[in-house]
Amino acid sequence: MNSRQRTTVFAAAVLALSMVSSVLLLRHIDEIRPREIVDDTLYIASPKLVERASLGFNGLMACVYWTRAVQYFGHRHFLRERSYNELAPLLEITTSLDPQLLPAYQFGANFLAPAPPNGAGQPERAIRLIQYGIQHNPDNWRMYYDLGFIYYTELKDYKKAAEVFAQGSKVPNAHPFLKILAAVMAEHAEDFNTARLLWSAAYQSSSEANIRQNAMEHLRAIQVDEDVTNLQDAVTRFVQQNGRIPTSLWEIAAAEHLRGIPVDPDGVPYELSLDGQVLVANPDDFPFVTKGTPPGYKPGPLKFHNKLPAS
Amino acid sequence: MAAIEIMGLEKTYMVGFWRKRPKQALQPLHLNVEEGEIFGFLGPNGAGKTTTLKILMGLVFPTAGSARILGKDWTDPEVKAQIGFLPEQPYFYDYLTAHELLDYYGQLSGVPAKERKHKVEEVLQRVGLTDVRGVQLRKFSKGMLQRTGIAQAILHNPKLVFFDEPMSGLDPLGRREVRDLIEQLKYEGKTVFFSTHILSDAEALCDRVAILHKGELRGVGAIEELTASVQGKVEVIWKGTQIPASMKALGADCHVTGETVRAILPESQQDAAIDALRRERLRLIAITPLRTSLEAYFVEKLQHSQTTAGSAK
Amino acid sequence: MSARIIHIASNTFREAVRDRVLYNLIAFAVLLSGAAIFVGQISIEIERLVVVNLGLTAVSLFGVVIAIFIGIGLVSKEIEKRTLYTVLSRPVRRWEFIVGKFFGLAGTLVVNTFFMGIGVFGALLYVAHKFAGPDARILIALYFIVLQFLIICALALLFSSFSSPLLSAIFAFSLFIIGSFADDLRGFAGLTHGMARWIATGAAYLVPNFSALNVISAVAHQQPIGLQLILQNTLYAMVYAAMALSGAVLIFERRNLK
Repeated sequence: MNSRQRTTVFAAAVLALSMVSSVLLLRHIDEIRPREIVDDTLYIASPKLVERASLGFNGLMACVYWTRAVQYFGHRHFLRERSYNELAPLLEITTSLDPQLLPAYQFGANFLAPAPPNGAGQPERAIRLIQYGIQHNPDNWRMYYDLGFIYYTELKDYKKAAEVFAQGSKVPNAHPFLKILAAVMAEHAEDFNTARLLWSAAYQSSSEANIRQNAMEHLRAIQVDEDVTNLQDAVTRFVQQNGRIPTSLWEIAAAEHLRGIPVDPDGVPYELSLDGQVLVANPDDFPFVTKGTPPGYKPGPLKFHNKLPAS
Repeated sequence: MAAIEIMGLEKTYMVGFWRKRPKQALQPLHLNVEEGEIFGFLGPNGAGKTTTLKILMGLVFPTAGSARILGKDWTDPEVKAQIGFLPEQPYFYDYLTAHELLDYYGQLSGVPAKERKHKVEEVLQRVGLTDVRGVQLRKFSKGMLQRTGIAQAILHNPKLVFFDEPMSGLDPLGRREVRDLIEQLKYEGKTVFFSTHILSDAEALCDRVAILHKGELRGVGAIEELTASVQGKVEVIWKGTQIPASMKALGADCHVTGETVRAILPESQQDAAIDALRRERLRLIAITPLRTSLEAYFVEKLQHSQTTAGSAK
Repeated sequence: MSARIIHIASNTFREAVRDRVLYNLIAFAVLLSGAAIFVGQISIEIERLVVVNLGLTAVSLFGVVIAIFIGIGLVSKEIEKRTLYTVLSRPVRRWEFIVGKFFGLAGTLVVNTFFMGIGVFGALLYVAHKFAGPDARILIALYFIVLQFLIICALALLFSSFSSPLLSAIFAFSLFIIGSFADDLRGFAGLTHGMARWIATGAAYLVPNFSALNVISAVAHQQPIGLQLILQNTLYAMVYAAMALSGAVLIFERRNLK
């Protein structure tokens, strides 16, 4: 019994020790594995080949590729990479294996179309992906929304966007805002409220964290753009009335009978430059603003926020 | 020093698929085997003989009890260098030749490299396996495999040898050879512990025997002692139809069949019966033992246990 | 003690070599490398790529099959056929038996991989007509494949110690497949929440990480492999094998042999 007991104790100790070491080693190995190898050398880039290699387990392989697509994008986006070459093939393979994997289409609409570093900059490919999705999921109104979304935000083709929203609104059980969007697209495409409507819809109707985050940043940016535009108009009016550039925004506030200096969605007051330009105090906090940035401004590292603006 | 001391070894299995019920393969066994003797472990199939051997070899773990082999705890790995084991219907690595197998086993038993080659040749000769160089074990007949099994058990010159059904698979000549070999081993001072269900072998070889039935020890002792309590019977046949009074007095059970009389009486009365026939001038045709004495003892023990099976737990 | 382990290991090696199944599998793998030559001719530029990829994948897959089939035979078959009785009645400790078997099998697979690797290099020479510097990295890929085999052997032994040959083979092969997707399992764990996350993460770390040991794609694209990675992977394989083997020893020490 004695030698057997000794063996048992020794083996149990080795077992425990090796279990712990293997986990620690794995974590370390993950860090030193070159990510380029993992990311950009997708040997099997053809959906058809993957499908055949899956031996019929298409659904499972679709999940695998979907997981990879999300990881791939999330990882690179965090590092503010400028290329996302593999995102389109990953999504195409995913949807080829399982045309009903709806989140993939949404992901493509939100992250394939926009320009780097926020997306892969491939709106045409995104459109093809969604059209494929519509073909295989004709009863899904969301597809039309995603498609119209791309036409509006990236291609600025408001006519096509309206067409697509209108088509989508005809799908049974379509969300009412599709009709509204179709109508609004025709007349007031470039209004702030239209954009706000679009992005609120995106935020509310998705449960994917990345997409909601993205939508919220856009809504904040729209708020800033709108505020800056209104303030700039007020500055122009001031100049016309008083023949000079205002010294600070207090003068504008007084002239327009505002309660105080207007603040951005973070509660930070807007600023006025010496040559009469309205500026947002911390442009880095608003990734998608198109107005209110100083000349020669370049966006810094990505920051994430959690509160929606109060509109 | 006793070669083997078994102190209450017991084995209970749990059988059944869902609800496991205990099945006692071996009831607490107490047994001693002295050095230098040939000990027979008898019993019908399923009595628990192989279980006992497997426990002693460390292949199966007992539910209770312990044992000592050559003075050391039976689980001590070093004690295995001094024992040899032949399992029932042995299997070996069939891709090896007999020479390779024995060489491998010799390595494992710690036989030094210098002596190994020589010892392998020697032991193969001894078990009568000649001309098997280069022949893989998968081509061996049952008898040849049995001989190989014996060879590997005695290769390393152990002090104590365990054989489980050593005669199985052998032709009459082979069985004779194994019997001679076992006696040789005793002559060399080794202790032999073998289990069998063939009583004639035990009778011929053993100094002492133990009888096992349904996991329980039914009797232990030297053969003469055991059989003194039970008598065999003989059948005496003589010509004619006369039954002498003296025969009846001996307690013979007589039947007349045609021109002959058959009488059955105890073995000890054998000589008295012959005398009676001679006095009456009757012609003796045959005397046939109906049962060997050990067999009689065996049967009686088994029958006894069957009738008490109800009362025993 | 160590002498017995060596004896058991070399006997195991001898057993593996005489097992005819082995030769069939090796021949098949070499044939497949040859087939890669023909496949590669479809497109001139990717000949090399296809030969390396297909060849190394063949070595990996066939090696795993060999490892599993012979590995399962090591303990399961011995118990079934009762060849173990006469071995364990000798002064051999049960744990020595397991460890000896492991080294015997590992040795077999290293030799195997050597021959199959020659097949791959041969095919590469045929299509490329000469070797380039980066081709030496194929040796690294082969080394990592051997590390994979070591893990598989240890797992095969672990399952053999308590399970029937068929079930052991199924378990071992399943773990190989799951282990090849270990990265995805980790990614999947990252997407789940709560209890599912704990289970998925636990599984993801306990499963042998074969994807970390798979550098076939990188080598085919002639990319460098860091020394750190080589060292860490070696350590990981050793540690994981130790884990599986100690489990096997614990179980086998307790097993009642039928």
